[in-house]
Amino acid sequence: MARVLVGVKRVIDYAVKIRVKPDKKGVVTEGVKHSMNPFDEIAVEEAVKMKEKKLASEVVAVSCGPSQAQETLRTALAMGVDRAIHVEVPAGEYETLQPIHISKILAKLAQEEKADIVILGKQAIDDDSNQTAQMTAGVLDWPQATFASKIEKKDSELHVTREIDGGLENIKVKLPAVLSADLRLNEPRYATLPNIMKAKKKPLKKITPKDLGVDISPRIEIISVEEPPVRQAGSVVPDVDTLISKLKESGHV
Amino acid sequence: MHSLRLVNKVNVTSAEAVSRLRLVDTATRCISTTAYRSSGKPEKSNKPAPKSQSFVMNMFRGHVQASQVFPYPQVLDEEQVDTLQMLVDPTTKFFAEVNDPLKNDQLEKVEDQSLEGLWELGAFGLQVPQDLGGLGLNNTQYARLVEIVGANDLGVGITLGAHQSIGFKGILLFGTPEQKAKYLPRVTTEKQFAAFCLTEPSCGSDAGSIKSRAVPSPDGKHWVLNGSKIWISNGGLAEIMTVFAQTPVKDEKTGEVKDKVTAFIVERSFGGVTNGPPEKKMGIKCSNTTEVYYEDVKIPVENVLGGVGNGFKVAMNILNNGRFGMAAAMSGTMRSVTKTAVDFATQRMQFGQRIDSYGAIQEKIARMSTLQYVTESIAYMISGNMDSGSQDYHLEAAISKVFASECAWYVTDEAIQIMGGMGFMRGSGLERVMRDLRIFRIFEGTNDILRLFVALTGIQFAGAHLKELQRAFKNPAANLGLLLGEARKRAIASVGLDSGPDMTKYVHPELKPCAEQASKCVADFGRTIETALIKYNRKIVEEQFVLNRIANASIDLYTMVVVLSRCTQSLNNKSPSAQHEKLMTELWCNEASARIEKNLKALSSSTELGNFSKMANISKNVCQNSGLVQSNPLGF
Repeated sequence: MARVLVGVKRVIDYAVKIRVKPDKKGVVTEGVKHSMNPFDEIAVEEAVKMKEKKLASEVVAVSCGPSQAQETLRTALAMGVDRAIHVEVPAGEYETLQPIHISKILAKLAQEEKADIVILGKQAIDDDSNQTAQMTAGVLDWPQATFASKIEKKDSELHVTREIDGGLENIKVKLPAVLSADLRLNEPRYATLPNIMKAKKKPLKKITPKDLGVDISPRIEIISVEEPPVRQAGSVVPDVDTLISKLKESGHV
Repeated sequence: MHSLRLVNKVNVTSAEAVSRLRLVDTATRCISTTAYRSSGKPEKSNKPAPKSQSFVMNMFRGHVQASQVFPYPQVLDEEQVDTLQMLVDPTTKFFAEVNDPLKNDQLEKVEDQSLEGLWELGAFGLQVPQDLGGLGLNNTQYARLVEIVGANDLGVGITLGAHQSIGFKGILLFGTPEQKAKYLPRVTTEKQFAAFCLTEPSCGSDAGSIKSRAVPSPDGKHWVLNGSKIWISNGGLAEIMTVFAQTPVKDEKTGEVKDKVTAFIVERSFGGVTNGPPEKKMGIKCSNTTEVYYEDVKIPVENVLGGVGNGFKVAMNILNNGRFGMAAAMSGTMRSVTKTAVDFATQRMQFGQRIDSYGAIQEKIARMSTLQYVTESIAYMISGNMDSGSQDYHLEAAISKVFASECAWYVTDEAIQIMGGMGFMRGSGLERVMRDLRIFRIFEGTNDILRLFVALTGIQFAGAHLKELQRAFKNPAANLGLLLGEARKRAIASVGLDSGPDMTKYVHPELKPCAEQASKCVADFGRTIETALIKYNRKIVEEQFVLNRIANASIDLYTMVVVLSRCTQSLNNKSPSAQHEKLMTELWCNEASARIEKNLKALSSSTELGNFSKMANISKNVCQNSGLVQSNPLGF
């Protein structure tokens, strides 16, 4: 049976209206509701399902970030993950943490934990990078199956259905492998309140990138974060003729 | 002498207070010197007057007892806050994504998947210890989750509340370790519903007069229960019931056998338990309400809850213990209906402007927001008091229920008004809330009875203190301190040097004027109670017009102090909403103190008193005529 490593990221909740910080170096995160990246929820659900189907022996969740990342790990534990690893990255350094750093950390952990399957969300809804799964597979030199919408285990292989432009692609990967979860892979369960209480007693290990020998020095510098341009206000025209003449004026017809 | 025993027992509850009006007579009589002397009974006891940590109780004697109101309670430790934060999200998400209140309302039952989801979620066992299958939450944590329920679906709220707030609460509060171990896992992990079965056709507010009766079986191993209950929430679903019935109890001293109420844990599987069809109701339609019948139900003796003959106490404690939950739920309701109305008001254009720019709408939104703030502040103040181990919260809890249910009604009504025709449509969701809310002013102690309870219990307490003073006069040497203190208080008050009680030291400096208003109101209130006691003497219990105004003044006064406390905390913590809270606090204190003045003045105003007897007469005429006396102006 396989051991599954699943990555979870704490992101600003999808329902929150994002505001840029006055110094334009990032977005306001203080006092803002955060939750688990929705694609990571799908990844966790898939991993927990594997355990329930006895395809996996253990599910381990990993999150990189400041201490609040533990909230997200605890949600994963409440959903059914067995144990959690918090890779502590101080808030300051976290701002410039990139998929390349995370991939190295995950690759290292996958080896240390002897994971057979790494499942990640296809992308995070905050930076939308969509790189981590691919890079992790690259660092490990493992096969990858990204944008999975269906995963089935057959013998020692995984049959994965991928959502691609214009249709579905079915591929086979040998284990160990890295997968990334797409929206339709499953419907993540709710963390029930009793499970949340029980999750508090599940093991949560803290380590640092340094412990893993991963250099997280920044490769980028944030120069400026800008709000999207504000949409120009429209105007109401009195009749169709005016509308047509206006459209002609602006060269639309 | 009844009176002494009674005045020391200040934690009487609504039905109890009312059912013992007759006895209160003797208690209040003692405070008037003339009436007391004529009673001719010997002074039996020099027991000190009862002490209470309750702010409300003490304000009836013009005294500020600040321990439970200042500072605003903060009872959760870091771990508890952390846990609660973890629980809030999934609960909110469940109600947003799974539960459909309009569908539940239409089906007149909670949808199966939703009900199953609530069990899975753990929502039915919030306060049961973790080792017995629950979440082990304290009252404050419970309040926070109930607020989410109240914001979304009051019918589901009743299904949950009938189960845990009253259904098996008796087992939590009074159960033996064996009863807890046997039944609590069943009402949590084993998903068996619980119900609280008190009300009967002949007894609503007067809970002491139930007719259901249980008698011991000849072998002494069982009680045999017969009777019927009406309007039992979860009556058709419940497997485990807390049932109240008369039982023969022998008085140890006199040997006389009298019927007294006893609480039992009854399982449907005992046999002989049946129920009627679900009632058709105005609101909270998805909750199950039925009659429940008991026919020769054999209850094992070990299923007596809280001791034979103690049923009344058990019932009242359960109800008292759960009332703050209603204030929490209503806070959630108000938060959500206000949001719906504000979303509308900030979009809707009329006469070329958004309607939120008009004063008529602004006043509504301001009042809605303020009433929610006050209610929520009360809910968490009481839950905090209870979590700190307070026993003296019964008047506060009664006030919270009355105030919350009336505010929620008003706020929802105004929300509908803001939305106009749109609010009247089912799709807005508000008409359902309005229907659901109506019952909250009626059940678990009608607001009318609770008002009398607050007024009478407070008066009783003040009466006991006056009596103590009176006793001290009989033995001045031994009670010099007490007398001098009182003499000073009265002298100062009478020459106007001091407004009496002072709460300014407890509040943030910016709220000092409001605290002065509140302090003055406490002094006025205490004086009015004393005057009323002297004036009406034993008859005060019959003066419901007067008692109602006293109750209303006490509600206004307590709520003023509660918001002063919460707002002080926000100002001290420099909370982002502190200045907004201050606006609402000032508005509330200004208006509440004006109402208090009006209500208190009514008690000595001949016009108002005249109106009371006019109203009594009008009502009498109408009732004698079995309907309105006047025909229409056309004369036919």
